[in-house]
Amino acid sequence: MAKSQVSMTVNGKNVEELVEPRTLLIHFLREQLRLTGPHIGCDTSHCGACTVDLDGKSVKSCTMFAVQANGADIRTIEGMANADGTLHALQEGFREMHGLQCGFCTPGMIVRAYRLLQENSNPTEEEIRFGISGNLCRCTGYQNIVKAIQHAAAKLSGVPFREAAE
Amino acid sequence: MIPGAFAYHRPSSVKEAVGLLSQFGDDARAIAGGHSLIPMMKLRLAAPGHLVDIGGVAELKGIREDGRDIVIGATTTQHELIGSDLLAKKIPILRETSLLIADPQVRYVGTLGGNVANGDPGNDMPAVMMCLNATYHATGKSGERRIAAREFYQGAYFTALEPGEIVTAIRIPVPAAGHGHAYEKLKRKIGDYATAAAAVVLTTSGGKVASCSIGLTNVAETPLWAEEAARILTGSTLDAASVKKAVAAAEAITSPASDARGPATYRTKMAGVMLARALASAKARAGA
Repeated sequence: MAKSQVSMTVNGKNVEELVEPRTLLIHFLREQLRLTGPHIGCDTSHCGACTVDLDGKSVKSCTMFAVQANGADIRTIEGMANADGTLHALQEGFREMHGLQCGFCTPGMIVRAYRLLQENSNPTEEEIRFGISGNLCRCTGYQNIVKAIQHAAAKLSGVPFREAAE
Repeated sequence: MIPGAFAYHRPSSVKEAVGLLSQFGDDARAIAGGHSLIPMMKLRLAAPGHLVDIGGVAELKGIREDGRDIVIGATTTQHELIGSDLLAKKIPILRETSLLIADPQVRYVGTLGGNVANGDPGNDMPAVMMCLNATYHATGKSGERRIAAREFYQGAYFTALEPGEIVTAIRIPVPAAGHGHAYEKLKRKIGDYATAAAAVVLTTSGGKVASCSIGLTNVAETPLWAEEAARILTGSTLDAASVKKAVAAAEAITSPASDARGPATYRTKMAGVMLARALASAKARAGA
């Protein structure tokens, strides 16, 4: 099948590539662009490990073709750190609050939480849990993930977060 | 999982999209959010040779008022339905239902048109559209026609849509101001289809039900419009005896499959429970 030309912005860089139409966005990111932060977990649109930010939306990149993302502005976990190389508040929150154990879900969790905080800078615990309901974690029981996101929300708003990890 | 190979088309108008679909016939499928079709393609349960991506067709987007109706473009996403102030004010059951569909990521891309047109009995919007007496605008090679939601669903994945036709918009008559509404959905977890669900829209006058409409999700091969149950309740005060009779009438028209969500008898009973809850919730909201 003839390849299609796609161009998009990925983590702030312009990308021009040829792809087969059937290439899924997750395969394009991981295998063609070598961005292996987004993970393939379930491969069936359930687990959210492949979540990337696309034009202001959190999307599961296992359920989208790369050609559909033509012209899009995409951010993956590789694009989360601050310009000076320091960790984004969410990355810091996951470290400080022990928001990960095996780490497999973490790139999707952080990218999803990023969009959640863009839309709601001061979410309640319930809003955080509902907001990350498309991301599965089999290790943590979510307690410390919620705290990590609360830590980041507090830091981004300039107020200290006083709770400790469990 | 890697889907079969296909040629990709991205038309910029409905006319162009419909032309491509009729040109390639059975070998073509329309794609919008893709969250029903792409999983099927990954499993090779679907292997279209041509994908017609209607995501770039501007005329399929947006929510607008048209006289006493609200018209929603087919590629409007569930996320956009949730964020619409107009819908929150005029047809709040759409926001309530949208929040019960799948998960945030899926709602950012899943479209109303795809949800209603796919004919999947597990989808939530079809029963809501039957409840609201919505009409679907469908366009094919020979032009546009309108199909009532209540006449659209013929079997699991079988609808009144002809080959080469696409749903372009959903037209909903705005329910009376002060109406009560509810969508009650029993599911095992976030992202699950309903074990059973019920949609209710009603109006009250002097403590009695003046009008009532009921839809049921995932308890038959098609969504169900529970006309007899609604008729029983009209004129009642939603007293226990009337609700019991209406629940029995609603249960009587179900024919769910026994599956991982439970045996058929359980799912029928849950449809009744969801209806009773939706009625109570709708009544409490009516007149507000």
